[in-house]
Amino acid sequence: MPDIRKVKRRIKGVQNIAKITRAMEMIAASKMRKAQERGLAGRPYSEKIQQVIADLAALPDIGLQHPLLQRRPVEKVAVVHVTPDRGLCGGLNANLNRRLAGFILEKKSAVSVVAVGRKGRDFSHRNGLEVSAEFIQIGDHPGFLETLPISRIIIDDYSKGEIDMVYISYAQFVSTIVQRPAMKQLLPVEPAVIPRAENVDYLYEPGAITVLGGLLPRFVEMQIYHAILESIASEQSARMVAMRNATDSANELIGDLTLLYNKARQEAITRDLLDITGGVAALE
Amino acid sequence: MASLKVDIVTAERVVYSEDVEAVIAPGIEGQLGILPHHAPLMTILQAGELVVRRGGQEDIMAITGGFLEVRPDRVIILADAAERAEEIDIARAEAAKKRAEERICARGAPGFDPARCEASLRRAMTRLTVAEKVRRRRRR
Repeated sequence: MPDIRKVKRRIKGVQNIAKITRAMEMIAASKMRKAQERGLAGRPYSEKIQQVIADLAALPDIGLQHPLLQRRPVEKVAVVHVTPDRGLCGGLNANLNRRLAGFILEKKSAVSVVAVGRKGRDFSHRNGLEVSAEFIQIGDHPGFLETLPISRIIIDDYSKGEIDMVYISYAQFVSTIVQRPAMKQLLPVEPAVIPRAENVDYLYEPGAITVLGGLLPRFVEMQIYHAILESIASEQSARMVAMRNATDSANELIGDLTLLYNKARQEAITRDLLDITGGVAALE
Repeated sequence: MASLKVDIVTAERVVYSEDVEAVIAPGIEGQLGILPHHAPLMTILQAGELVVRRGGQEDIMAITGGFLEVRPDRVIILADAAERAEEIDIARAEAAKKRAEERICARGAPGFDPARCEASLRRAMTRLTVAEKVRRRRRR
């Protein structure tokens, strides 16, 4: 027979857990919406810059002259690994880290990691990966400026020839329920092939190559910024779903425990009654 | 009269999007005035003030560099950062200016990068000039 007081205490405890997970679910939902909005707000910029780079790269005389566009034999690869700082978001962290591990195992060349986010950093350290830089606690709503140091490091290393290829690994936001670990090539920049809608011959000031040289780093910065925003949206929606499941489980447990509690209570009452009637019968 | 559609976008947001009569932008090779039917042009911008003329009024913005694309009926500005004069945080700009000045005075300190200091000084000063100009105009 279960101890009634213990069951009661347990119910209280589970109720408190349910309250917390419910609050966390709602916080995650609002943060997710914000991250999504910020991602959308930057879309015009990213579309425009992509189009201009495609236009410029298609010019015959510039072609692939810029170092950020040139492919070279790959000896060393870097991965910008974007992960959340915190847990409690279902399998998201594990999936991201597994994707990174799988990627490193299938690469023949040496791979170094630029860890963005605590979970990925800890994973890389634990498994003895080479971590060339780490950025943690960038928060839930980083500004564009705060993400610039990340791009500066990889562009510098790439220009110095210390790394020959850069990928970014982040949590792609497919829908509220589905987030997929994704791996995208950052450098060398592969200009999107966008059919030129109208054939306009631009005047380039001071010159096409200079303009392209200014745009390419911006493009990389923007891609990193967007990957981080998307990862945040993914993290928050993963957390939202995980917390909703936790709340549901807690409520279910509360139901089971309440049933147990009522049964135990009823049994105790019956037993007391039996005692009393037994006592009365003995007196007569 | 022909009008010109201007979009000023940064990586974070769309700052400005209006039909206007003229745009005056700080091009890397000097001030640049753009009227409708301008020849297609793509140029780098430096930090400075961007003036947009619309219905006899002038909208002034501070930008800290970026790119400008001109098509006959459209102007698109990809700015690194852009603020309308009303949005400028004067205290922050003052602080940034001071910081840059101090760093330039103490040159030779480890990690000193003259180009970056100068750029940040120029950015802060642009913001201040633009904010000042608009304030003065409003008082009149």
